[in-house]
Amino acid sequence: VNAPALTALPLTAMDLGLQSCEVCGLLSRPVAGAHEGSCPRCDEEVTFRKPRSLSTTWAWLIGAAICFVPANVLPVLTTNTAGGADSDTILQGVVLLWSPTGWPLALIVLIASIMIPSGKIAALAYLLVSVRRGSTKNHGQRVRLYRMLRFIGRWSMVDVFVDAFTASLVQLQPLMSVAPAPGLFFFAAVVVLTMMAVESFDPRLIWDGAGMKEARHG
Amino acid sequence: MIRHVYHEPLSDPALVGCPHCDLLQRIPALGPKGSARCPRCNLELRRRRVDSLQRSLALTLAAAVLFVVANSVPMLGLSAVGHTASTTVFGGVVQLWRDQEKIVSLLVLFTAIVAPAAQIFLMLAVLCGAMRARPPRWVGKLLRHLPTTYIWSTIEVMILGVLVALIKIADYATVIPGVALFVLGALVFLLAAIQATFDPDEVWKRIPWVGPTAPRGREPSIGEASP
Repeated sequence: VNAPALTALPLTAMDLGLQSCEVCGLLSRPVAGAHEGSCPRCDEEVTFRKPRSLSTTWAWLIGAAICFVPANVLPVLTTNTAGGADSDTILQGVVLLWSPTGWPLALIVLIASIMIPSGKIAALAYLLVSVRRGSTKNHGQRVRLYRMLRFIGRWSMVDVFVDAFTASLVQLQPLMSVAPAPGLFFFAAVVVLTMMAVESFDPRLIWDGAGMKEARHG
Repeated sequence: MIRHVYHEPLSDPALVGCPHCDLLQRIPALGPKGSARCPRCNLELRRRRVDSLQRSLALTLAAAVLFVVANSVPMLGLSAVGHTASTTVFGGVVQLWRDQEKIVSLLVLFTAIVAPAAQIFLMLAVLCGAMRARPPRWVGKLLRHLPTTYIWSTIEVMILGVLVALIKIADYATVIPGVALFVLGALVFLLAAIQATFDPDEVWKRIPWVGPTAPRGREPSIGEASP
């Protein structure tokens, strides 16, 4: 059973000088004269918006974009056999997996390791630029994009686990052994940095300056 | 020492600012299974769950057992040309560490073992504390860290990764999915069920506040704007 529609004032909490706690959700008011303070319920520092959200998010994002290059250029796994050592990048790993029966797996790795991280970097940059330029369009779509980024980001980690467990299991010295290669570090860094970037972005910035008229469409 | 300045609470506890768009609104009284969404950005603001704490506790206890089992038995094994090998989740971490990928090893340790453990055992502590007649103050201190553990606990991603690894290795060796893999699979469903059952607002309502619990002066009538 869904509740009836909320009684919505066309006002934000910030318009009235009220601040919501990011931890427990309590709405409270700074005491007269004070600009900052803690949530009376859970003790978290309360602010109108995440402090320096845009610049912090940019910092994580630029770090992620820089690491994205070596993550894709450097090999992530080295296979040692009697015939010598052979190193593979992420993309080469996808190509190796690609076969009449194995292509769904190759597709999973391709999407999780290359398309999601690059899409995430581009989408977050778009959100940051649109907020900076004070865009007053597509609020609903942009906040949905933000929610999707939060939901989907963790799946990029899949290749880290693939390589970690391949390397830990294939230890058949002297016949064959697999070891992680330097690209894996940069790839893991991309995953962590993009997750940090999304977490430091404040979605309320998307709506600042938006009215009710541009309300939800689906 | 700088003394804490606490914000003043509002006299109407049903007023909230949407976490995703900051729209000020009043949560209506909800039925037993009712939920409320933000009219502007469609975020679900509240969902009432039936018997949230008891049910979450039962699920969390089950998850704790599965978690211990999953980390003490092999997750995957391999046999080829007379060799056999098997590894636990922690074994994967140790091997990465030995291979000089120490930071990646710590990341796997954190996302596959530490964060899920924190998620389960923090939840257990929070529930046990919150169900007391007078919940102690540490319940709130622990509860505030739970959302962080949700972000970094990625067991379902690890399972997908292990499956891909198994199929990759199957090309040149016989692979044996271990018991832990199935236990972890069950654990993923339990963790999802806990998140769906657990109602943090229910706990926040019970814990003692650190600051003032009522506005000191008369406040401007803001909630009265439009019913």
